[in-house]
Amino acid sequence: MPRFRTSYLVAASLAFFLLIFLVVPVGKVIYVAFQDSSTGAFTLVNFVDFFKTSLFRESFFNSLYVAGMSVLGATIFAVPLAYFTTRFNFGGSILIQTLGIIPLIMPPFVGAVAMQLFFGTNGSVNLLLDQWFGINIPFMKGLNGVILVESIHYFPFILINLSAALNNIDRSMEEAAQNLGSSGMSLFRKIVFPLAMPGYLAGAALVFLKAFDDLGTPLLLNVNNMLAPQAYLRITSIGISDPMGYVISVILVVFSLFALWGSMLASKGKDYSGGGKGTSGLLKRDLHGWEKFGAYCLVIFLLLLVLSPHISLVLLSLGTIWSYSVLPDGYTFAHYAEVFGTTREYITNTLLYAGLAAGFDVVFSVAIAYIVLRTKVIGRQWLDYIATGALAIPGVVLGIGYLRTFNDFNVPIIDKPLASWWVIIVIALAIRRLPYALRACVAALHQVSISLEEASENLGAGKTTTVRKITVPLMAGGIVAGFVTSFATAAVELSATLMLVTSESDAPLAYGIYVFMQSASGRGPGAALGLIAVVVVAVGSYLAHHFIERNKRMQMSATGN
Amino acid sequence: MSLVSRVKAVRLRIEDLHISFGSTKVLEGINLEIEPGEFFAFLGPSGSGKSTLLRAIAGFGPDPQGKIRIDDEDIGGLPPWKRNVGMVFQNYALWPHLSVEKNVAFGLEEQKMAKAEIGERVKEALDLVGLYHLVNRHPSQLSGGQQQRIALARTIVTRPRLLLLDEPLSNLDANLRVQMRTDILKLQRALGMTTIFVTHDQEEANTISDRMAVLDKGIIQQVGSPLDLYDNPVNRFVAHFLGTTNMIEGEVVSSDGKTCFIGKEGIEIPLDNSLDGNHGVVVFRPQSIQINTKIVDDSAVNLDGVVDSLEFLGSVVRYSVRVGDSNILVDQDHQRGKKIFEEKEAVVLAIQAQQLFFIRE
Repeated sequence: MPRFRTSYLVAASLAFFLLIFLVVPVGKVIYVAFQDSSTGAFTLVNFVDFFKTSLFRESFFNSLYVAGMSVLGATIFAVPLAYFTTRFNFGGSILIQTLGIIPLIMPPFVGAVAMQLFFGTNGSVNLLLDQWFGINIPFMKGLNGVILVESIHYFPFILINLSAALNNIDRSMEEAAQNLGSSGMSLFRKIVFPLAMPGYLAGAALVFLKAFDDLGTPLLLNVNNMLAPQAYLRITSIGISDPMGYVISVILVVFSLFALWGSMLASKGKDYSGGGKGTSGLLKRDLHGWEKFGAYCLVIFLLLLVLSPHISLVLLSLGTIWSYSVLPDGYTFAHYAEVFGTTREYITNTLLYAGLAAGFDVVFSVAIAYIVLRTKVIGRQWLDYIATGALAIPGVVLGIGYLRTFNDFNVPIIDKPLASWWVIIVIALAIRRLPYALRACVAALHQVSISLEEASENLGAGKTTTVRKITVPLMAGGIVAGFVTSFATAAVELSATLMLVTSESDAPLAYGIYVFMQSASGRGPGAALGLIAVVVVAVGSYLAHHFIERNKRMQMSATGN
Repeated sequence: MSLVSRVKAVRLRIEDLHISFGSTKVLEGINLEIEPGEFFAFLGPSGSGKSTLLRAIAGFGPDPQGKIRIDDEDIGGLPPWKRNVGMVFQNYALWPHLSVEKNVAFGLEEQKMAKAEIGERVKEALDLVGLYHLVNRHPSQLSGGQQQRIALARTIVTRPRLLLLDEPLSNLDANLRVQMRTDILKLQRALGMTTIFVTHDQEEANTISDRMAVLDKGIIQQVGSPLDLYDNPVNRFVAHFLGTTNMIEGEVVSSDGKTCFIGKEGIEIPLDNSLDGNHGVVVFRPQSIQINTKIVDDSAVNLDGVVDSLEFLGSVVRYSVRVGDSNILVDQDHQRGKKIFEEKEAVVLAIQAQQLFFIRE
């Protein structure tokens, strides 16, 4: 039985890779957190020390506070936008749908410094407020800044999930309630809101997780009393033997897992979508006169707010000097010239790393998807679980794990520890983005009817030929979408990269932005680099969307729907 | 049963109703009167506007022109939640996040009824559909048939003035469908509620309704009892939609004081002389034709033909017989040992004059 052996062989190599580069490093981190640093025995003393130290206690509560408040902020931005687009026939809907996801194409740390120039104590907004009303609002002061930046960047997770949930509610759900005498807010509270709840919670959990794990934003805003920055600072300043970095890592992983588990629990058995029968989506109505005016005002205000990081980043990248003034003093292309002239390797490194990582990801994803959905390999589900589990591993934790695990492992020929070779950055990116590509490929393979493959086998093609000629081409849209998503998000990944970059010549874009943004004179070029990153991600996201849509259309025509 | 005594049957009158989706006209000039306590069916193919009409009565869909009256009250301008018109949705529309009990209690809670009374009424309604034991389940834990009954209970518990059923049986399998339609009819008779039932299945409409309206292309084609529509269709559409039928197109002409329908295939059929000079079709059902090898009855209309093909359908054998240029379907009751005509066999078809129905066009 050759194909039996082939699938086990492939599954085993995948499992081996995941074991070495995901399970072992993370396991190592957890192991060290529970290990007495002098004797090597099992101990809880590191955790006791952690909670005895006031800085760590403060960091812990700050991280929880920031994540919780970011969910609140993101909810405040997302709920009205989702409600307007799904409930009313409203010209602004398209505006919201397109502009509303723009924050996602820029990682929060990129815009963080620019936001300070906009909303900081001496930023544009406060200068104007002071001039007009004589007040100063501490938008960016301490934790507020992190909360504002995170909510603005991650609210699309709630917007997208909540809108999808609202759009999936079968029209008759609402009609049945009206038929029984219900209307207005009571109907919304009793029927619409509970039905959309799983979508909201899925989005909220992602916001919580992202805000809780984020390293770049607090570092750039100079807020160090949070968990992720503390872990990073302990490891980089004290060294990889300091147990506190590991303790923090364990806490980060536990909370990430908890958030993911919570969102899964919330949506379990609660797929309230109509299942294709009947019309989906809420009953829509037109807005009249002042309602329309009010709705547009609110939507434009929210959109300006959520686009403020992009606007301020553009200003920063083009401005000469911007300090204590509403707008920059003058405009120039010098920053772009500098970036392209002197630090081109940031860009080429990024293209190389993200390209390799995304390539790995799709090959792995196709293989895992096929093994999980089409073979009977024992334990195949675990490949999916473990690969997806990477979602719950913050970059800083993976970085620490790699440093600890691979520092003693010398790569032959180049004679250098694996932990400081640039290839480790590629592997970290690949592991971090694997879940994205995997979901795209699993979804694509789900859509390929098994009868299409059976037809091929019926006509005499073997398994391998069928996979090559039928399955993979039919999955092409999903594969490309997975590649592009992995590529675009890997291109701006910072937290793991920050731990693993050992020399500037090996550094990618995100690292470059981080380095530039730390000095006042580097902000201009940093912003220019940031915009280049945004463009890369934007083009990538557009392509991913394009290929997903094309694939959907192809599947629709194939099944005659 | 306390529910039974308290329902007062209403009369529904629809006057000159027009509905368009944008520039597409969906319903045109609908006039209809449904008697108190009647079980009425809207029958038509998909896209005929039957569901749109039902939904308009409940207040859903685009605003219609024209009047919808319950007894003497015009409900046309009322929002759905103020109509007190109960509707059972095609997909049942049970709220998945609420238990059976909460689903059924919903309408009563909206009426701000006292808790104790809600409990009583919910039990009563669930007993009526025989599912009180499922009161704590969630919709996803119910079978299709159970969901259907819960949806029915949820609607009748509020004692609506009208009961509207939108293709309620279309999502059930064949056996359950027959069972449910008997149960629904029993329930309707017990409650005495004026009821409208939308379906595309003529058998369903025939078995369950007192009267029905056949719709096509947004227009009511004919209204009447199932038997009346089957025997006296006013046009080709109704004749076809209510069952397999034969149609022969031709002219009615008089000569020598005798009036005769002359079909294109050279078929001659004597008709009542008041129909002279008309163009139209003669309609006759497959089961009203006798098939023989030679003429047996001179008083019948006899047509010569050749068996083209035959299908065995179980209780009948359906022959397709070539007569002139057209094929006529003939259903013969099947019994053991009865002669089966073979393909290419020459036959005589005999139709009693009474079975022929002329539709003027």
